[in-house]
Amino acid sequence: MWKLIVRRTLITIPQIIVLSILVFILAQAMPGDALTGLIDPNIDPATIEAMRERLGLNNPWYVQYIDWVKGVLQGDFGQSFRFKMPVSDLIGERMVNTLWLSLATLILTYLIAIPLGIISGRFNDTWLDRAITGYTYIGFAAPLFIFALVMLFVFGFQLGWFPTSGSVAPGTEPGTFAYFISKLNHLLLPALSMALITTVSTVQYLRSEIIDTKQKDFIVTARAKGASESRVYNRHVLRNSLLPIAAFFGYEITGLIGGTIFIENIFGYPGMGELFLSSISLRDYSVMTALVLLFGLAAIIGALLSDIILSLVDPRIRIK
Amino acid sequence: MSEVLLDIKNLKTSFRIKDDYYAAVDNVSLIVKKNEVLAIVGESGSGKSAFAFSIMGLHTRAKIEGEINYKGNNLVQASPNQMKKLRGNEMGMIFQDALSALNPLMVVGAQIDEAIFLHNPKSSKSLRKKQVINLLNQVGIPRPEKTYDQYPHELSGGMRQRIVIAMAISNQPELLIADEPTTALDVTIQSQILDLIKELKETIHAGIILITHDLGVVAEMADRVAVMYAGQIVEIADVYTLMENPQHPYTRSLLNSIPTLNDVKEDLHVIEGVVPSLQNLPRTGCRFASRIPWIKDSVHEASPELHEISSGHYVRCTCYKDFYFPEQAEEECNYVAN
Repeated sequence: MWKLIVRRTLITIPQIIVLSILVFILAQAMPGDALTGLIDPNIDPATIEAMRERLGLNNPWYVQYIDWVKGVLQGDFGQSFRFKMPVSDLIGERMVNTLWLSLATLILTYLIAIPLGIISGRFNDTWLDRAITGYTYIGFAAPLFIFALVMLFVFGFQLGWFPTSGSVAPGTEPGTFAYFISKLNHLLLPALSMALITTVSTVQYLRSEIIDTKQKDFIVTARAKGASESRVYNRHVLRNSLLPIAAFFGYEITGLIGGTIFIENIFGYPGMGELFLSSISLRDYSVMTALVLLFGLAAIIGALLSDIILSLVDPRIRIK
Repeated sequence: MSEVLLDIKNLKTSFRIKDDYYAAVDNVSLIVKKNEVLAIVGESGSGKSAFAFSIMGLHTRAKIEGEINYKGNNLVQASPNQMKKLRGNEMGMIFQDALSALNPLMVVGAQIDEAIFLHNPKSSKSLRKKQVINLLNQVGIPRPEKTYDQYPHELSGGMRQRIVIAMAISNQPELLIADEPTTALDVTIQSQILDLIKELKETIHAGIILITHDLGVVAEMADRVAVMYAGQIVEIADVYTLMENPQHPYTRSLLNSIPTLNDVKEDLHVIEGVVPSLQNLPRTGCRFASRIPWIKDSVHEASPELHEISSGHYVRCTCYKDFYFPEQAEEECNYVAN
């Protein structure tokens, strides 16, 4: 068991190295650098060239890469050209926001998906199932950014139930209960909007798994033992059907990253996704590379978590 | 002889295909006595398993008509709750493919434990564990304590089948239905499992319904045999009569299909064609007629009934009187010519 986890964790190391090289090269491949365009055009090109030399921008890519990695390992992602502050400080506060948003979305996703999937799978081809699958088709078809705008318009502007931007009401003291409530209040609408859309694939997945599992021979065995229908479903069908959902968990995290980029922009929620888009448009390289690296890391960790969870719940995967 | 355990009358199990119901088990009547092994033989698709599932009430989407009388109750009319109490308690079932019949995520001990727990919810955990270990011993598992905590995929095919058997007998059932218990096993393991079932018959005194297509198994195990074709019983007799003096063309064809050393040079006898599918099944006349086309139509009955030709020996349709194998006819021709 532990062996498997350790081995699986070790595999992530080369993955992370390859990820960091890719991220760095992609950033390098983008035309222009921090000194193009942002600087007063009256400055002598020779001065700019000297500045480039001083900042190490003329070094070959691998030298720049090693410099960058050295910094990253010490938590130094460089300086944001836009905000004139260390990238790590800039990302730090936003990361916490995004983390809360993602966590809330994940919880809501499963809170919606598991009951709906179970009902839909157990009573397949009833009107209840048709209603649920109908919802999932709408969820598949509706683009997240359109749906989020509608939610924002209805619940934020029309009904006024939720704040329409920011992550906390201005002027609330951090650490107080009011601060926590305000955070939660700002979080809820974006998280719910995202969860309602991203959950549909999990609902569908769970539904088809349950339909598949309930026709298996061991379900007949359970009935032949004299188990009641509810026991058959709770004990035998559900656990076997949740395996692929556990495997899906990692991809859920990857999907969240994409989702937060849209959601944070629409809801004006100061998180990493919002920072990411504005950094791209303003060519804030050091922020961008740091964010892509973090997003990539989240995806790798998601896959790692999936495998570990799967090995915990499925005895067939454990290798002695 | 001995007491009647199960009295089945005109059992009809139909499945819905599109807008119609088609009977997979069509008017089957038979009795199972205590302490006897009744074998049900037939090709794949002849309705054997559908029959067994009907008795256990395991069909989820089938229309079941007729009577299944067990201890004065008609199980066809029984409530789901009544059936739940019978299943696994008084009626045990052994399945064909033990790997898929076991939950892959539960250790086998817990799966047997569940069978006991469901019918004795008040028994203590330690007592049940003792019972499970005893059961594992009884079905011949070498290291029961170790096996208790193993998962199905860690066990061999024979061991898994033993687990399935242990589960079926965990509450000393009075009726044991074995649905092709040895089909998925290799020959040496097969005979071990058969010996085990025979042994169990002696110890638990259950009535056993053995479903199989293997006539070797039938000869070794059964007291009585019912031959099933296309949802109907075509012949029923005690095992000696059936083996020595088979009457129905289908029974004779089945027995004739067993290769023997004597005629090793000849081609294996095959019954041409397949069991017709549910929708294409002729519902009138002799259902086997289409597979013995060399027999004249006039010898079949219009609506074939079971005829008792000697005590306890029933045959359906009169065509058995005029049945011959085409090879036989050729031989006779040759003989006459010579």
